[in-house]
Order: sequence, then structure tokens, then C-alpha cells
Amino acid sequence: MGLVKMQKSLQDYTKSLFLEGILDSQFLQLQQLQDESNPDFVSQVVTLFFQDSDRILNDLSLSLDQQVVDFKKVDPHVHQLKGSSSSIGAQRVKNACVVFRNFCEQQNIEACHRWLQQVKQEYYLVKNRLETLFKLEQQIVASGGMIVAFEPGF
Amino acid sequence: MEVCNCIEPQWPADELLMKYQYISDFFIAVAYFSIPLELIYFVKKSAVFPYRWVLVQFGAFIVLCGATHLINLWTFTTHSRTVALVMTTAKVLTAVVSCATALMLVHIIPDLLSVKTREMFLKNKAAELDREMGLIRTQEETGRHVRMLTHEIRSTLDRHTILKTTLVELGRTLALEECALWMPTRTGLELQLSYTLRHQHPVEYTVPIQLPVINQVFGTSRAVKISPNSPVARLRPVSGKYMLGEVVAVRVPLLHLSNFQINDWPELTTKRYALMVLMLPSDSARQWHVHELELVEVVADQVAVALSHAAILEESMRARDLLMEQNVALDLARREAETAIRARNDFLAVMNHEMRTPMHAIIALSSLLQETELTPEQRLMVETILKSSNLLATLMNDVLDLSRLEDGSLQLELGTFNLHTLFREVLNLIKPIAVVKKLPITLNLAPDLPEFVVGDEKRLTQIILNIVGNAVKFSKQGSIYVTALVTKSGTRAPDFFVVPTGSHFYLRVKVKDSGAGINPQDIPKLFTKFAQTQSLATRSSGGSGLGLAISKRFVNLMEGNIWIESDGLGKGCMAIFDVKLGISEQSNESKQSGIPKVPANPQHANFTGLKVLVMDENGVSRMVTKGLLVHLGCEVTTVSSSEECLQVVSHEHKVVFMDICLPGVENYQISLRIHEKFTKQRHQRPLLVALTGNTDKSTKDKCMSFGLDGVLLKPVSLDNMRDVLSDLLEHRVLYEAM
Repeated sequence: MGLVKMQKSLQDYTKSLFLEGILDSQFLQLQQLQDESNPDFVSQVVTLFFQDSDRILNDLSLSLDQQVVDFKKVDPHVHQLKGSSSSIGAQRVKNACVVFRNFCEQQNIEACHRWLQQVKQEYYLVKNRLETLFKLEQQIVASGGMIVAFEPGF
Repeated sequence: MEVCNCIEPQWPADELLMKYQYISDFFIAVAYFSIPLELIYFVKKSAVFPYRWVLVQFGAFIVLCGATHLINLWTFTTHSRTVALVMTTAKVLTAVVSCATALMLVHIIPDLLSVKTREMFLKNKAAELDREMGLIRTQEETGRHVRMLTHEIRSTLDRHTILKTTLVELGRTLALEECALWMPTRTGLELQLSYTLRHQHPVEYTVPIQLPVINQVFGTSRAVKISPNSPVARLRPVSGKYMLGEVVAVRVPLLHLSNFQINDWPELTTKRYALMVLMLPSDSARQWHVHELELVEVVADQVAVALSHAAILEESMRARDLLMEQNVALDLARREAETAIRARNDFLAVMNHEMRTPMHAIIALSSLLQETELTPEQRLMVETILKSSNLLATLMNDVLDLSRLEDGSLQLELGTFNLHTLFREVLNLIKPIAVVKKLPITLNLAPDLPEFVVGDEKRLTQIILNIVGNAVKFSKQGSIYVTALVTKSGTRAPDFFVVPTGSHFYLRVKVKDSGAGINPQDIPKLFTKFAQTQSLATRSSGGSGLGLAISKRFVNLMEGNIWIESDGLGKGCMAIFDVKLGISEQSNESKQSGIPKVPANPQHANFTGLKVLVMDENGVSRMVTKGLLVHLGCEVTTVSSSEECLQVVSHEHKVVFMDICLPGVENYQISLRIHEKFTKQRHQRPLLVALTGNTDKSTKDKCMSFGLDGVLLKPVSLDNMRDVLSDLLEHRVLYEAM
């Protein structure tokens, strides 16, 4: 694929992520922080996010599978996840966390289970999309092109 | 024998006569001798006798007379010459003394007589004084009785006791048979027998007030003798007593008091009187003495005074009771109001957080739902849900805004923006609806209107949107004109003077529509919360009625004024508002709206080498914050717990960013401990900034109370962080970056 085409598809892809609400302006902030002195900033942050979130989701599943669910332990995990996702701009994950947290406060176990699934779904979705995004970027870099900062234009 | 001068007895047979003479002379002598002795004896006995020397003289006279008579005894028979000599001497002496005495008595006897008269005089005087003493004593007794009576009367402030005591004491003092008090009834047309001393009286015994005897008594302030047969005195059962005692009546003025219902009376009298009737015992032939009448008059006056005091006291006690009741009621009301306010504040505090969270959840949910596969009906339903929840969120924000406005905690977010663009954008938002309703909107910007201004862009937009939106909402036809100009002179309200200060100006916006118009009477109500005019046209347009109220408050915050003029129903109306805006020095636009502070000076934009410490438990957000600060040129150290933070923090760090997401006081402790660590070198203490997701006043207050220098809302944008840092370093305190 031609470099220009690749860049265009990267732009379109990124745009779609924003339009679908998977990412929000916070992600743009992250991209702004990436410069010559910090070339891999975004990928570093995102990788860390994936690691953290995997661990948290694991812990959450374990906690919720207990006979007696200790909501006091569940809450900080969700809080963490919400914080992390909002820091990188994973909007839908964050929204799902908000709802999840609500049900946690109500101590509605069934709803919590359902929403944990929902959160996981959103997370895997954003993970998937971001990994695709990074692959596209790597391709462009490998072809010798530059990553142009994404202008939202709306 | 010598010739003697004695007379030879003519008849020697008169020896009997001689004997009798002899005996008489003897007794005379004895008497004459004993009289002075008696005199001396008694005078010695008596204490006072001023004429002793008279006595001596008299004594001498008597003695000599006696001696003469005694010596005479010897002269009956032949006697010697000695005897004759003695006799002669005695006689001579006697003569001398008796003449002297006679002469002296001429002087003495008048004196003695006058002593007698003086004695008489003194006796009379004594008798008179006795009489007067008796009188005075009686009067003094009376006076004492009056004083005691008065004391008794005045010692109580209870009306009944006063009257009862009066009657009792009067009865006792004057030894009356009966004593009665007639009080005027409420209507004032009759006198009712209220109190009697001894006899029981029927309860409702009244006499009409217009009797001549009563008028007579009421006409004078003196005690008046009345006939025992008059109706007011006919209290005792007629028991065949021969002679009824004298009766006296006196008026007792009842002083004016506010609780008398005067308006019930058919004729107004300036004074009300009670009648006191006093009766002497029958068959006693006693008469009313002047001093007794005076006593009665004095008592009547005292009673009047005592009664008025009692009434005043009653009045003031009643007033005091009323005040106490009112006090209690007010206190209760105040406490209820405080409870209500507290409840409202609690409610609002809860609403702020608790209601927003589920609201966001709903909106998030619905947006997520929209992204999934839906049938058209489902999509419609979801869109409706989204729309409704957005509306609800807006409403909540409105209400919360209003409460924050009233609270005083809302602050304008000042920033530089393009005024012209703002107007155009607002109109662009409204245009779709206006086009649908076929209402052309015309915008007219004055040529001298500055382009770049400093103010709260968001709120100004809200105001203009609200006003223009109202204009569109309430117009069915015609057109809408929006004019914006600069005003420097005074506005409509006379107490509001526009004073252009330096780089500020007043923006005036006029929105004229040709719609339904407003009744001039309703205009003041427009700006009150939740009030809507009742016409059917407006009912259907929905809205909470808060828009104008909120706009007004925003306008007031901007030191401006807002009002509406209308020529009446059906004639359209014009809404005008003035707000104070600053003129921006810069001609280039700011990058984004909502920048918290005007970028003051660019010197501090360079943070190279600035040492900062970031404390965050969340790895991802820690990394993001670090990246932000590194991008700005700072040297960043990161820690993930408060213990680490305390260990690592040093005077080299200029700012410490700490994440305070979890509620609870433990997070804030770190701030206190850092303060402790640097108590010795206060000037070297780094600035402490909290990063939090919570933006309300209580968080701010909490941070301030724990010694933090600033609060930042997560997630922080790059420009936000840049401005915040420059501000912090310049002013060493920051509390506006919300």
C-alpha cells in the first residue's frame, strides 16, 4: 500500500475510533505529549494500561466469583480501572466502569456480573482497536513515513 | 398698895361673868397660839409657799394677840405693875404688828386672789387641751387606719383583693354596718352590685345608672350623704329596725384602660365610675363626722389608683405572655427554617454527586446502546431515552447552577474569546428552529463592538441563547432582531450607573420580537424562579421556567442589568441586558474556550529543569501526568504511595502533584505531614497540588483546610497544566483551575 494511502487509512481509522466514542480527547492529549524526546510515549502508556487492566479485570472476576462478595474490595478495583481508562481516553470503558460502579454501590451482584462482562467487552474492543492502530503506525514508520498528528476537525 | 389703873369690879357678884371671860380669854390665847403652830407645821409640810415672811408677820401678830389675851388673864385680879408693863408692851407690839400686817395684806391679798384666777385659767386650758388631744388622737387613729387601708389596698395587684380589702378595712375602721361596691356593667347602662361586706347579695342585682341619686354622687368627688331608702342603699333585709343608720356614697373613678370596649356604649362618657356605699349601724344615733367623710374620699381615690395599677399590671403581664408565646413560635419557626435549609443543602449536596452519577450512567448506557444493532423501533426508543436523559441532565445542571448561584459559590470563568463569533454561533444554533417557524433572525453588531473580549464565554452564550430562544419560542410570526452595542451611559435603572473603568466596557444586547408580548403587570414575575405566565400559548412550550432567573443571576454576576419591555399583549416585547466585559489586549485568538485564566505573562512558560514530584497510585494516570510534565520540560520524580512521597520529597522539589481520588481523610494527611516536615524551612516547602475528579466546593474547602496550595481537575490537558504551573509559580497559590 502506498505511503499516502496508509497514512490516509490511519487517519480514517483514528477518526472512526473517535466517532464511535471508543476514544475521546484525552487520547489526543496523549498524542500531543509524544515528541522527539519521548517518541514512544503513547505506546508505553497504552501498554501499561493493558497490563494494569488485565490484572484488574482478573481480580474483579475472582472477587465476584466468591461465595460472599466483598464489595469493599471490588470498588477500589473499579475505581482504578475507571481512572486508568479516563487517563488514556478510553471513553466507553470509562462509561461502562461508571455504570458498573453504580451497581457495585447498590450491591446488586447479578447486575455486577453482567456489567463486568460489559466492561470486559469494551476493554477488549478498545484493546483490539488500539493494537490495530499501533500496527498501522508501525507499518507507516517501517515504510519510512512520518506519523502526522491527528486533527479532529470537529 | 399703889393705885392701880385697874378697874374696880362694880359688882363682885359677877364672878360668873368673870369666870366666863377668864375661860374665853384662855381659850382664845390657846387658839391664838395654836394657829401659828398649825400654820408653821403645814407650811413646813408644803413644798411651795412663797409668802413665808408674811407668815412670820402673821404669826407674830397672832402670837402677840394671844399673848395679850393671855396677859389679860392676870389683869382680872389685882396685878403688879410688871404685869401692867408687860401688858402694855404686849399691846403696843400687837398694835404695831397688826397695823403692819393690815397694811401688808392690802398688797398680798390681790396677789393671792390672782393666783387663784391663774389656777382657774390653767385648769380651763388643761381641759381644753385634753379635748383637743382627744380629737387629734382620733384623727391620728383615722390617719393610721387610712394608711393601713392604703397599704392593704396597694399591697396587692389583684383587682378583687383590692376591692374586698377596701370594704373590709373601711368597715373595720369606721365600724360600719354595711359596705357595698357597685361596678358599672360592660354596657355602661347599669350598676351591678359587685362586692358587699356582710350580707350576701343576689348575683345579678343591678340598678340603672341614670338614677338622680347616682348622678348626684357621680357629679362630685366628695362623699355625699344619701337617703337610706334609695335603691343603692336598700341592701339589708328590712328587719323592722327603728332607725336606719346614715348612708354615705362616694364615686370611685375607674381610669381609662385599653381593654374596655367603649364602642359598645350608646353614649360616650369620658369617665367611668364605680359607686361605694357605706352605712352606719342602725339604732346607733351615730353621725357622719367630717373627718370620716374625708377618710372615705381619700380611700376612694386610693382605690382608684390601686385599680389602675392592677389593670396596668394585668395588661403588661398579658403583653409579656403574648411576647413569650410569639418568641417561642418564632424560635420554632427559625429552627424549622434552619432545618429546612440544612435539609435543602444536604439534598443539593447529595444531588450534586449522587444524581449525576446515575445520570451519567444512563447517558453512557444509552449511547452505548445506540452503537449496537437495533431495530428501527428500538432505535427510536433509545433516541428518545437519550434525548430525555439529556434534558434531565440539563435540568439538573440548571437547578444546581441556580443553587450554586444563590449559594454564592458560583464564580465566573473568565477567558478571552471572540465576541462576534459568539453571536454568530449562538444564532447558528437557533437558526434551525427559527427557520422551521419561519421567523427570520437579524443580527446587528455595532461597528465599535470590540472583537476580542474577556469574560465568561460559556455563561454569556447561555444568556444570549436563553433570551433569543425565548424570543423564538414565544413568537408565532414576524421577525426577530438582535442588536449588540457598546453602552457607556447610564441604563434604565436609576440606581445603576455604568462607569467605564479602564479596560472594561458594557455590552448591551437587545432582542426584539414580534410575538405574543407580555402584560406589563407580569413583567416583574418573569425573573422569579419557576414562575410562568399562564397563557395557553406558553404552557405548551415546556421548560422549567428557570431560564430567565438563571440568566438574570448570571447578568448580575457580570455586574450588569437585565429587563424586559413590552407594549402589552400581542405587541411583542424587547429584552435588554447589559453586562460588563473586559477588553482583551491580545488580538490573536486563544486556542480553546474555557481557559481558566487569561494567560498573563509568557515568562513562566519555560519550566525547564523545574523539579516536581508526582504521587499517584494508579500506574497509568501516573505515567500520563509524568508525560505531561516532562513535555513541559520539568524534571519529574514519581512515587506511588504517600509513604514513598514523604521519604522522597525534599526542598529541591518545587511542586508536588498528588492524586486524591478516593474519599477519606487519609489522603489529605500526606499534605499535613509534608507541612510538618518543612516547618523549619517554610520557604523551601514545595507547593502542593491535588489532582481530583471531584469539582465541588467541599473538595476545594477540604483541600484548603489541609494546607494544599491548589486543586486540579482530572484529566488535565496540556494547556491546562501549562497555565496552572505558570500561575502557581507566579502567585504561589491556585484555586481556580476547575
